[in-house]
Amino acid sequence: MNFQVKLAGALAVLVAVGLLFTFEYLPIDTSQSGYRGTGMAQIVNRRASEKAFAALRIPEVPDPLPPSGKKASEVYANVKVLGDVDSDEFIRLMAAITEWVSPDAGCAYCHKDGDDLSADTLYSKVVARRMLEMTRHINSNWKTHVGETGVTCNTCHAGNPVPRNIWFKGIDDGREVGMLGNRAGQNMPATTVGLSSLPADPFSPFLLYANEIRVVSKEALPVDNQQTIKKTEATYGLMMHMSKALGVNCTYCHNSRSFSSWDQSSPKRATSWYGIRMARSLNMTYLEPLKDTLPPVRLGPHGDAPKLNCATCHQGAFKPLYGKSQLADFPELSATGQTKADAPAAPPKQVPPAKK
Amino acid sequence: MAEYQNIFTQVQVRGPLYAGIPTQRDIYDRVGGGFYYWLGRIGDAQVGPFYLGWTGLASLICGFIAIEIIGLNMWASVNWDPIQFVRQLPWLALEPPAPGYGLSIPPLNEGGWWLMAGFFLTAAIFLWWLRVYRRAVSLGMGTHVAWAFASAIWLYLVLGFIRPLLMGSWAEAVPFGIFPHLDWTAAFSIRYGNLFYNPFHMLSIVFLYGSTLLFAMHGATILAVSHLGGEREIEQILDRGTAGERAALFWRWTMGFNATVESIHRWAWWFAVLCPLTGGIGILLTGTVVDNWYLWGVKHGLAPPYPAVFPAVIDPSTLATGAGQ
Repeated sequence: MNFQVKLAGALAVLVAVGLLFTFEYLPIDTSQSGYRGTGMAQIVNRRASEKAFAALRIPEVPDPLPPSGKKASEVYANVKVLGDVDSDEFIRLMAAITEWVSPDAGCAYCHKDGDDLSADTLYSKVVARRMLEMTRHINSNWKTHVGETGVTCNTCHAGNPVPRNIWFKGIDDGREVGMLGNRAGQNMPATTVGLSSLPADPFSPFLLYANEIRVVSKEALPVDNQQTIKKTEATYGLMMHMSKALGVNCTYCHNSRSFSSWDQSSPKRATSWYGIRMARSLNMTYLEPLKDTLPPVRLGPHGDAPKLNCATCHQGAFKPLYGKSQLADFPELSATGQTKADAPAAPPKQVPPAKK
Repeated sequence: MAEYQNIFTQVQVRGPLYAGIPTQRDIYDRVGGGFYYWLGRIGDAQVGPFYLGWTGLASLICGFIAIEIIGLNMWASVNWDPIQFVRQLPWLALEPPAPGYGLSIPPLNEGGWWLMAGFFLTAAIFLWWLRVYRRAVSLGMGTHVAWAFASAIWLYLVLGFIRPLLMGSWAEAVPFGIFPHLDWTAAFSIRYGNLFYNPFHMLSIVFLYGSTLLFAMHGATILAVSHLGGEREIEQILDRGTAGERAALFWRWTMGFNATVESIHRWAWWFAVLCPLTGGIGILLTGTVVDNWYLWGVKHGLAPPYPAVFPAVIDPSTLATGAGQ
């Protein structure tokens, strides 16, 4: 062998070794969910999910207290949402919320140091009250999505005053579109759509406004389906977000040979359908109106309030906290009797301003 | 004999620089040329002489304009940042107009650039096709290469021009971009109910994979008998030598039938040409004649039903009560 052949061989070995580092190592668990041959299977890297599970922040639940016999509203002033709760249980919940939402700043994150606990001095306390209403609303009225597992503050906050996965309207790529280079809202490595080139804001059209998600025709031949390929890309972007937010692939819900067919979908697709409606309703009713309460530093580049999407609760897991329920420890987070504040503040809008 | 059993060329035969046969219609002198060792490893070591001609020149100019329009738009979209241009290049695109514009001419930055880039790219491709055709005629060759190229141009035109015209909207066309055109392809299939149930898509795949199979079989056969003179295929057509005899018998032994030294090239040409030809027909029928290929497949017994494995799932939007509550 001459030198060049040896050199080529050495290069080939180098490339091959380099390629090895791009592999995901076995074992990978595959679990079949649909009929054989349809590819309806979930592929899970056990080590990755074990690591994610270990990283979950689920604080110890404070022991239940014997009831004091007095309602919180009788003991404390300015208790608007949890007034019917036993006053000791109220304090237990406050301690838990501190651990869930502001473990570092403590009580002072919402209750300003030196002020009376009842004072609404800080915006964070006003927001927290609205979030308590939202939590009760979810656990009472959105069982179609959250079931009996329910949610607590910790589902989204996980120790952060602002949940890690939030979104704002529009795309902030820091440029004014002039004569050239119109991205048409897509074609950038956007994490919101799984690093695809699909429309980078899949949330505004579907999780705030009620744009039509369904694009596939119900008839074999052209009849009246006006949905375009561009609209399909928007829907596709939303689906990529859901896939990433839940750590699942398309076939978790769909039979990919016909994405639109309900009779071939898994029951999880219906749960997801309610989830989309839930996110949309919560954003419109609870979160977007907070833009008047939140300070400018908490608002997005277009002055809108931070909003939720699938990842806010799910955080990469098929069920938030891999299905661990904390609701039973704090039954007051599921209000059986609705308060007035649970009623929607604004009817959901149908479509965003028309854009050509 | 060992020199023959390599995947790259071992032997380089070099004569003096050869300007090629005389032809009658050449109006330009042939220019340039030289020998390059590494090219000789994979093909002929001689490079050139070059022939550009007015079609080649016009084609390169049109192609350059198209690439400039696409590239400058992409660069502008990352605020003229050269590093981000390189890093994000696979994601960047020049998008066709939004559906609201139909077939009208939109403002430049709303799809006008896309139309212009498409025009110049198409002009460049047409001019290059003409060049390929005329060079073949000039050399007294058949025009097989030009017609194979035309088949690819057909698919390109269907995707970017003919189908959008029939659908009444430029928005139906493909964006210029690496990932964007791939995501477009997936969205196209989803919108029209799964392209895999489109029979012309099936044919196109058959000819695509068939082409690679035939290419592998033929290339392997000729290499395997090249030490017996097998690569001199044209001679083997007229006067079948031992290389041709052995290659033919090999395939009759292994699969009972062999193409001839001549016909194998027609097999390969037709497989390659039919791949974009059938694919283009499939694209042309999508949205114009068929709106959901899966349902079309069900209707015509193409898509089999599978046994139900899930409890019946009902579309929640059809439930009268409790919309989400």
